[in-house]
Amino acid sequence: MLAKRIIPCLDVKDGRVVKGVQYVNFRDAGDPVEQAAWYNEQGADELTFLDITASLEHRDTVLDIVRRTAEQVFIPFTVGGGIRTIEDIRDTLKAGADKVSIMTAAVRNPDIITEGAERFGSQCIVVAIDARRVPAEGRDDSDLGPAPDAEIQWLVHTHGGTRATDVDALEYARRAEELGAGELLVTSMDADGTRAGYDVELLRRISEHAGIPVIASGGAGTIEHMYDAIDYGRCDAVLAASIFHFRELTVRDVKEQLAARGVPVRL
Amino acid sequence: MIALIDYGMGNLGSVGNALRFIDCEFEITGDPKAIDAADGAILPGVGAFGDCMANLREYGLVEAIRDYVAADRPFLGICLGLQLLFTESAEMGRHAGLDIIAGRVIRFTHSLKIPQIGWNQIARRQDCPQLEGVEDGSYVYFVHSFHVVPEDESVVATTTDYGYDFVSAIRRGNLFATQFHPEKSAGVGLRMLRNFVRTVEAAGS
Repeated sequence: MLAKRIIPCLDVKDGRVVKGVQYVNFRDAGDPVEQAAWYNEQGADELTFLDITASLEHRDTVLDIVRRTAEQVFIPFTVGGGIRTIEDIRDTLKAGADKVSIMTAAVRNPDIITEGAERFGSQCIVVAIDARRVPAEGRDDSDLGPAPDAEIQWLVHTHGGTRATDVDALEYARRAEELGAGELLVTSMDADGTRAGYDVELLRRISEHAGIPVIASGGAGTIEHMYDAIDYGRCDAVLAASIFHFRELTVRDVKEQLAARGVPVRL
Repeated sequence: MIALIDYGMGNLGSVGNALRFIDCEFEITGDPKAIDAADGAILPGVGAFGDCMANLREYGLVEAIRDYVAADRPFLGICLGLQLLFTESAEMGRHAGLDIIAGRVIRFTHSLKIPQIGWNQIARRQDCPQLEGVEDGSYVYFVHSFHVVPEDESVVATTTDYGYDFVSAIRRGNLFATQFHPEKSAGVGLRMLRNFVRTVEAAGS
């Protein structure tokens, strides 16, 4: 049976792993290559490097880190942040990444999804969706838990979550799949960095309609949150950063507890 | 020396890194003569089936690979490098393959998510040196939408359950090919690569 994946995410800035609370006020959480090896030993199913400054400052992704990590860690890697062109995709895959996640560029120019999928295969193309709930009068969105009856809309944000678009996140998820995305990485910008739980309603609504794997991101603080993203949110994989970086929980802890609750994991 | 076949498509970096990690000497080459001179050959693959076949033809590698395998020299196909060995594929139209193994490459016919991405278990269907020390039920890493359907079931080395049991590795003598990625399957995958290197050494001695 296909296992649910646990994916530590290494948010990288200036060659160091950082994780911000809602993408500001970075705390230094160490060397990316060392951390990647550490995660591999713990049984991480995959790693994601996110160059969180790349989109903002138009810099290239962290190819050197990917290269060095790929020399000693033999699990799949995804690299995101600042991937704008087909050449960026090619260079990143060549550096040792298995997949790229594309966000801002794909919102601006959805053709990159199709072209990337045609050139390198859909499986290399992860479309990242940074979504934020649209504030509505009289509705309390502070709780991001299940809300099946509420009429909620999520809009796609770009540039590390700093710029709103008028693109509906659920619509965009459908479109990305049609265009050739192999996976969707769904981050709630409301939940990101809060460690109060994923936006499981957002995840569920995207997962229900997706014919491709959905990776939950943004808000993981406990194993319970991960369980909810898999169970209620129907996700295929859960991504988390700070919960692992500060060594409060190991990937193995998470997997053992998920396994005890009947979730298929690789142990 | 093992030839890591470069035909302008494969993700050679990952396989090369894994080979380097297990101290295996290899040469990245697209030259049919260099491949013929190598003790073993690895055919990786990323991308679309039709494009990969077009590149193999352009590099003059179709006959080289056929001859290599026909002589039962140690050969490892990975992912698309497995699929390319088959008669034909239905990926984006209909494309003829290397036709070294009789059979077809088809898209998953179930309603589960496609591509299959992630770690799944292998069930062993034959004892072979390429799987020595690999426990039945081990998890390995998959990324694919299509899978092989060999006509001759005796080539099946492992199967995997994704909606139904599909063939996740084949073996015929010194030919071994996997739908999963050993180079991305952590310790289990490295073990398989070491096993392959051992078959190369055994064939050369």
